[in-house]
Amino acid sequence: MEAQAPPPAVQAEGVVKRFGPTVALDGVKLTVRPGESHALVGRNGAGKSTLVGVLTGLHKADAGTVTFGGEPAPAFGDTAAWQSRVACVYQKSMVVPDLTVAENLFLNRFDENARWISWGRLRRRAEQLLSAYGVQVDPNTRARDLAVEQRQFVEIARALSFGARLIVLDEPTAQLDARGIARLFDRLRELQSQGVAFLFISHHLQEVYELCTAVTVYRDARHVLTAPVAEVAKEDLVAAMTGEKTAGATAWHAAGDAASDPAAEPVLSAERLSLPGRFEPLDLQVRPGEVLGLAGAAASGNTAVGEVLAGMRKAGGGTVRVRGRAVRAGSVPDALAAGIGYIPEDRHDQGLVPERSVAENATLTVTDQLGPWGTVLPSRTREFARGMIDSLDIKTQGPEQPVSGLSGGNQQKVVVARALARDPSVLVAVRPTAGVDVKSKDSLLGVVRRVADAGNAAVVVSDELDDLRVCDRVLALFHGRVVATFDSGWTDGELVAAMEGVGERE
Amino acid sequence: MTGTVRPSTADDFDTALKGSPGGNTALSRLKLIRWSDFSLVPVILVLMLIGFIVSPVFLTSDNLISVVQQSSELSLLVLGQALILICGRMDLSLESTIGIAPVVAMWLVLPPDGGRFAGLGLLPAWSAIPLCLLVGLVVGAVNGFLMLKLRVNGFIATLGMLTMLRGLHIGITEGKSITDVPESFRYLGKSEWFGAPAAVWICLVLFAIGGAALAWLRHGRALYAIGGNPEAARAAGIRVDRVTWIVLAVGGLLAAFAGILYTGHYGAVAATQGDGWIFQVFAAAVIGGISLKGGRGTLFGALTGVLTLQLVVNVMTLGGVPALWNQFLNGAIIIVALVVSRFASGERQD
Repeated sequence: MEAQAPPPAVQAEGVVKRFGPTVALDGVKLTVRPGESHALVGRNGAGKSTLVGVLTGLHKADAGTVTFGGEPAPAFGDTAAWQSRVACVYQKSMVVPDLTVAENLFLNRFDENARWISWGRLRRRAEQLLSAYGVQVDPNTRARDLAVEQRQFVEIARALSFGARLIVLDEPTAQLDARGIARLFDRLRELQSQGVAFLFISHHLQEVYELCTAVTVYRDARHVLTAPVAEVAKEDLVAAMTGEKTAGATAWHAAGDAASDPAAEPVLSAERLSLPGRFEPLDLQVRPGEVLGLAGAAASGNTAVGEVLAGMRKAGGGTVRVRGRAVRAGSVPDALAAGIGYIPEDRHDQGLVPERSVAENATLTVTDQLGPWGTVLPSRTREFARGMIDSLDIKTQGPEQPVSGLSGGNQQKVVVARALARDPSVLVAVRPTAGVDVKSKDSLLGVVRRVADAGNAAVVVSDELDDLRVCDRVLALFHGRVVATFDSGWTDGELVAAMEGVGERE
Repeated sequence: MTGTVRPSTADDFDTALKGSPGGNTALSRLKLIRWSDFSLVPVILVLMLIGFIVSPVFLTSDNLISVVQQSSELSLLVLGQALILICGRMDLSLESTIGIAPVVAMWLVLPPDGGRFAGLGLLPAWSAIPLCLLVGLVVGAVNGFLMLKLRVNGFIATLGMLTMLRGLHIGITEGKSITDVPESFRYLGKSEWFGAPAAVWICLVLFAIGGAALAWLRHGRALYAIGGNPEAARAAGIRVDRVTWIVLAVGGLLAAFAGILYTGHYGAVAATQGDGWIFQVFAAAVIGGISLKGGRGTLFGALTGVLTLQLVVNVMTLGGVPALWNQFLNGAIIIVALVVSRFASGERQD
């Protein structure tokens, strides 16, 4: 730190925030320098979101100081002043989907001087703004037609146009495929070189290493560590986040001597299964004890394969059999009856009924087993849910708590409980660890492994390398076709290359 | 909001576990009861107190019985609507079904000559009730077809159905009341069992059956899942469209049954039977804690909603408020009740 170094883009010292009896932030600090990409990592509940709230003026800190570029933070409630200093791009879209990009950029500040909106000028201003930051988006596009990363660019451009030089990115890559991530990161690096600072919040440690220069770790509302990314090993980072030495992501890596016997009758078999426009005819065979991975980026069709197997979509052709029994196409009840358990891609879309209790959500697939003559007895429901809560270690107040009150990782465990409730022969898990913290991730993938180890089959559909590490065999899909098959000894490079549809990378 | 709640709940759980491993369950269950379902009970008690002060007639059994008798037909529509709302749908045409179902039954049953109303006389008199119920079922099923197969907007589709059936009603009856209804039609609406009108007992039983189904039957529980998140319900193997369709048909059936009770009660099918009721139906359901977005609410709450609205009218009548002001006060009380239950429960009403 030389004397003439510019003041940090944001500096927080000794920030304390309480919600009732809970201390959400306990004297934490954070410093982000101009032009820096600073990662903020920590498990769910570590206080990251609360800090973002404090930094963006949504929460008023109980103690501590926050400065932007050396000046004290604006008064609480002065929205315009906050907007000119910092902005947050959330996981959830903050654009109005049916308005054009230009309108979204200048929402509520169309024209300071004129009484009427001049659409031509608005569009020109939008064009200037977008091109100034190298964003290639037509300002006349409706926001709903943008790709996820384009939408994020627009939100970033809007924030910059307010004068903000610090952008908080909350899990920006959660809904992006590898290509989108690459485009996002390129743009972010460019903006960094123009002096924009980023606070990057992610569960993806790999991305932290790719993009960020410094990292800060919070744990249990406290500051644990701040260091240049290059000086922290991944294991140390995980240890700082969890407060314990973990054996690492490879604890349940499929051993070469997997229990699966190549001669055994397959549990799940699919023949010439296809869905026009999504994936071309493919054959699958999963043996007892085997975990099959379907790797692929967002448009590869791997998710569609998972949905077809679970009966959520009707296959265009082909058959699915579980232990020899044919499964009726496009029927979830029949798939369940055949023994296919399903962990859907997005727990908010297909996984949970947020207003209802943990017990109800966990038993949604087994309501026929909880009492005689179509009744569902509350006592049996609770008992069943308690068993699930214990075996999956779901952190909840009790079976009656509405599932919306749980943290992301625990919500995902409820979805898993629902899938496991029928003791499935085949577990189909689509991106089972999306948006959950490192420790939950380990236990969720451990569950998938245990299902297979009990003599059943599991299919993991994902583009996350950590998810695919539990698999004994990985099929890589690209544009609806299987382009490569890997046994458990694959390297990250080859699998990513196959998912990207390139022959060899690096 | 969730961010602020989550950490404390986890901590509470830990301390509760350590503190009282045995007594924890009953306590936590008590904590998690949705008090919004009971938020109208104090309102009803206050209304009864006011009624008692306003007029000595109020607490007589004759008066109270007349209140519940008048509630009975409306409450059946509310029961149907509540089930449909919990499923995340709505059906405006219930208020026309309560009129058109008896009219069609009369039309097919009454002889072409003799009475003031010329029917077709195609079917015997005993078939009037089954016909009426069938009409209700068909109306509900057609609504289901429009919403679930053709995927048109349910609000507008049932609005069209409401208007169309109202017009059919007026067209068939030529805008007149049908007074010569068969005896079978009159029985339920006017007879008394155990000192109270039969209609009241029937309503109570139907609410009890409905409430029990929602609490303890798998297909009843499924309504909450469907209304709360239809995609999650589908992924869990619930036949979402089929269940919704059945619920819509049951809603029409209940409206037709309300039509039988109403016709029996007044001994005639009025030309305006059910006209404008749908606002009361929605108001009763929502102040009773049923969410318009689906997935939330209980039938007990819906029933308290109906009773609240009817008690207000009764107390005002006894208090000598001119009938011309009834509509104004009715609307005002709906808004007041909404605000009260919103803050009593602390939950948003969507």
